[in-house]
Order: sequence, then C-alpha cells, then structure tokens
Amino acid sequence: METAAKEVRVVPADPAPAPEAVALPSRVDVSAEAAAFLVDLTAEHGPLMFHQSGGCCDGSSPMCYPVGFFRVGAVDVHLGDLHVDGLDPIEVYMSRSQFEYWKWTHLTIDVVAGRGAGFSVESPEGRRFLIRSRMLDDAEQAALGLVPGS
Amino acid sequence: MTVTTPPSTYAQPGQPGAAVQFEARYDHFIGGEYVAPASGKYFENPSPVNGKPFTEVARGNAQDVDRAVEAAWRAFDSWKRTTITERSIILNKIADRMEANLEMLAVAETWDNGKPIRESLAADVPLAIDHFRYFAGAIRAQEGSTGEIDGDTVAYHFHEPLGVVGQIIPWNFPLLMAVWKLAPALAAGNCVVLKPAEQTPASIHVFMDLIKDLLPAGVLNIVNGFGVEAGAPLASHPNIRKIAFTGETTTGRLIMQMASENLIPVTLELGGKSPNVFFADVADEQDDFYDKALEGFSFFNLNSGEVCTCPSRALVQQSIYDQFTADGIERVKKVKQGDPLSLDTMIGAQASNDQLEKILSYMDIGKQEGATLLLGGDRADLGGDLTDGYYVNPTIFEGRNSMRIFQEEIFGPVLSLTSFSDYDDAIKIANDTLYGLGAGVWSRNGAQLYRAGRDIQAGRVWSNTYHQYPAGAAFGGYKQSGIGRENHKMMLDHYQQTKNLLVSYADGPMGFF
Repeated sequence: METAAKEVRVVPADPAPAPEAVALPSRVDVSAEAAAFLVDLTAEHGPLMFHQSGGCCDGSSPMCYPVGFFRVGAVDVHLGDLHVDGLDPIEVYMSRSQFEYWKWTHLTIDVVAGRGAGFSVESPEGRRFLIRSRMLDDAEQAALGLVPGS
Repeated sequence: MTVTTPPSTYAQPGQPGAAVQFEARYDHFIGGEYVAPASGKYFENPSPVNGKPFTEVARGNAQDVDRAVEAAWRAFDSWKRTTITERSIILNKIADRMEANLEMLAVAETWDNGKPIRESLAADVPLAIDHFRYFAGAIRAQEGSTGEIDGDTVAYHFHEPLGVVGQIIPWNFPLLMAVWKLAPALAAGNCVVLKPAEQTPASIHVFMDLIKDLLPAGVLNIVNGFGVEAGAPLASHPNIRKIAFTGETTTGRLIMQMASENLIPVTLELGGKSPNVFFADVADEQDDFYDKALEGFSFFNLNSGEVCTCPSRALVQQSIYDQFTADGIERVKKVKQGDPLSLDTMIGAQASNDQLEKILSYMDIGKQEGATLLLGGDRADLGGDLTDGYYVNPTIFEGRNSMRIFQEEIFGPVLSLTSFSDYDDAIKIANDTLYGLGAGVWSRNGAQLYRAGRDIQAGRVWSNTYHQYPAGAAFGGYKQSGIGRENHKMMLDHYQQTKNLLVSYADGPMGFF
C-alpha cells in the first residue's frame, strides 16, 4: 500500500512551468490554525495529503486523506506542498480539468467549525477544512506562465 | 370529518404540539432493531434552524458496517424469494404510512436540514411517497424476455436482484435522496445498508421508526456516522454487490477506486453547475409565460440553493438582458426569508455551518474576480432564536462564465448571471462547464426549445420549466456529473442482474464431438 502510494506520487508535474529556473510563486498555503490541526490529525492518521473536490454537496472542499488512501493519477495537478513544522510536506492535488478554471487563484487551506462529509479525515473532529482563495497578482501570473507572451 | 387548518408556523420539535418529537439518541438500525454503536460513541446533531443540538446519533465504524452487511445478507435469502406482488404491496404500504404522517416527516426534514416547511410539505415528502408508489407499480409491470434463437433454442432473460447494496445519502434532501435509492433497490429485491449524511442523520430515523414494522428484519439497515469512519468501510466492503453515492467528485473517484478493488458496479451523482438559458422571445409578451420565466430565474433559491441541479448560471440573451434581469431581480427580492417552520417562508437555512462558510468564501472570491454584486452577498441574521442559524441572503453576481463562481457549485442561493449574443453563443456558454447534470431552456419557439435541449450536454434539460422531479423522468449526469441514472423504471437496471437461461429443446447432439 505504502509502495503503491509512492509510485503514483511521481505522476503529476508542475502545471505551468516558468521560463526561468527560479523559484515559482506558491499556489497553496495553510493557515496557522489549519497547520496546528494537521499536526494533530497526522498524529492520529499518519502522513496526509489533500485533493480538492468539485461538484455537489461538499464539492469545492479540500479532502484530506492518509497518503495512499486516494489514488492520484495523470488527470491530477500537483498544486504544491503545505509546509508545517514537524511534518513532511503535505501534497495538494486537483484534477487537471478543474485546475483550468482555478489556475488564476492562490489557495489557502483553512479550517472552520462544521461537519464535512465525504471521507475527509477531519470531519469527526467537528471541524472542516475550507479553501480561502485570492487572485494571483500580475507578477505571480507572469511567473507562472499564465500571461500570454510572458 | 374534521378539517384542520395547518398552522402558519409549526411548533419546533421539543416544544408542546410539535408534529414530531425526536428521540434524545438514535442508534443504528440493523437487522430490524436498534443497535448501539460498537464504539459506544455518539455525535451531536445540531439543527441548522437555530444552530442548537437536538439529538445525538450513533458514531458508526467498520464493525457496525460489518454487522449491518451480515444482517442484510441473512435477510436476503428470504427477501429475494418474496413475490413481486408482495414487495409491491409493501412499498405501497410504506407510501401510505408516510402519507398519513406527512406533517411529521416534513417537520422532521425541515428541522434536520433547514429547508422551508412549505418545500418539505409540498415537494420532498410527497415526492418520496410517490417514488415508492412509482416503483411499486414499475416492478409489477416489469417483465423478462424470451428470444427464439432457432427452432429448438430459446434464450430466457430474467431479472434478479444484486444482493446486498450500499447507499450513501447526501444532506440536501435527506429523505428524498434516500428514497430515490431505496425504492428501486427494494422493489428489485435487494437488501440495503444505508449511510445517511452526518449533517442530516435524524429525519431518516423518524422515517425508519415509522415504517419498520412493514419490512422484514434486515432488509433495510441504517448505519450512521462519519464518511471516513462508516462511509468508507461501507463503500469498500467486500460483501456488497453495488455502491450508490450522491456527493462530490473527489469522493466519487474514491468510491470508484474502492469499487474497482471489489469489481462491483457504482452509480454516482456528483452535481453540476446548471445553466438556465433565457432566449429573447421570452420577453415578447408580458404575460403568464413571462411570469413563469421569472419564476424560473428565481428558482436558484429552492432549498437555499442546495440542489445538485441548482440553476446557478443564468444566461440571458443580450437583446432582453437589461429589462429581463431587472424584472428577475425584483422577483428575487420578493423571496421571503425567515423561520423555516413558517409556511410563508420561501428560503430557509443552509444545512450546516461549514456550508455557510463555504458560500461566504465564494462571495469573497466572486468579488475578487471582479464580478458585479447585484443583490445580497452576505450572511443574514434573522435575530431572536434564529440568530445562530445558518442563513444567507439571496445573491446575484454579474460576470463572465470563466469566473470560478460560474464554474463551481456553490450550493447556496447564489446566482451567476451573464449574457449571450445568439443561439450558438448560448450553447457554447451553457456547455462550457465540467458538469452536465441539469439545465433549463426558456423560449416561446418550440423548435429553438427542442434544439437547445438537444445541444446542451446535460442529463436533464428542463424546457420551459425547472425543478420538477417526477418519478417517471430519468435523472443523471453527463460529463463529470456522474454515472447512471435515478428515477424512471430504467433505474431498476442499476439494481438488477440479468440471468440468461439458454435452453436447447433439440432431441440430438450438436455434432461437434
């Protein structure tokens, strides 16, 4: 199981390579509260990852799974990693088709009181991960290759 | 005969005179009886009407799911042998029992989910009742087939139930979505393990308690709990023969991954971002039809927008855009928000706090993307006892179809409004979405109405109407909106095997050996 998870994790590539070999602007971040929560959840479930959902009900919510529980594939984009003190980088994915509509926004994973559904690991805790979005600024868009001719 | 007038506001559960009183605690319902969770743990269930817990519900886990699947298989041995007539009679009795207790079920549904009582009374519960009756009838009329292969060889085709099936229910129509899955499954002779949504786990128990004497023990089992603790063990259980799910795309994929390990079929309904297209001739007259179209424009408020087919993208032809949208906005302003238990309330509460937070986060991104806010755009505080409930003001944004608020199912009373130039532009925008569950088209020109309906890539195109859900009309998604259909007698196929008996009546050998 662990091996299989590692195998599939090599699949995604950065969605929009920048022309220069400089550090790309980050697409994902994590709020302080969500980071602290991830430390607790990792202690209980082991290493975690996120896959951003779409569609009905709890669509548009980030789903948090133990690594290897959800199989990412060639249809997914690796948006980046969340860096939380004391934890391995937490990978964040989204389907490529959905990313086409989301690529202009930077995403911060936050947490609110609530009761998410799906199989996301946090819902029994009475809290739910939530995406906060902001538009990438002009410099970020250019660096990510989103501006024609840049 | 006494005629009773319905109250203008129903009493809250827990108050004297309420149409329903919830138990203080709900266990699982397994093998015909209430069973405490293996973990001994329960979780609190708040009402979205006032944000306050009103009952606690069993926190199920894999052990509970195992127990329910075993009970269901024990029941299947005899349930599969019941005659179609017997099963049909049982479904009709369930419908009759529900009808006799319609107010009780409706108040339970509103209290659990937050939807306005007039919707529970006029739509959710009556549709659920009719669904049982529809499949009670459909199964009676279903026949296998015989095929004459040649003079001595006959192919007989029989319908057989799958066995024990798993069903995972969403929180937006807790009773109706359960019944959409239950009625065809039971009619076809399957036994069911059902996992209600953790946001709305209570009303299904009011239903179960009401009808439990009508079904043999173990035919219908309910395991409550969280997705990760109870839903995943059910979806991945090696002894179920099918899994049905309504929800979102990531969990849909995960369920398919689990089903692939067990090599069992799945049906998925994963939502959409439904376009509602208004052609210019809608405004040719200021008549009843125009009024109907304005209602169609306002339908994004049904169930507080928590509908997989919420018409949350309005596409209005440019030549009528200014006047039609102005009239539409006036119509939406008349949507009365208030206590979900009041009969004149047209929009109630969102189902949960995280749903409320998500809607607010989309209002934020809509503003950032440069969409123009035409109406609403914020949380509503209804004051008094309802001040902590999850209420959102009906909201209209004007923008472009490429914006995220045009592409993602917000699942709230939020309309994204844009214009189109001509027919081709309308179809292009309507189909520029990852999803294809529902759509609406409005036109006085029958040919245009027909062509648009055929050109839009969605499983259900309401044409000069919206948000009708008769049991006899197939419902399901194109593209990423899912796999399979619900409603309509074709739904029986999703819960049946085909048994072919290929029989030779020839007297002698075939001659090969």
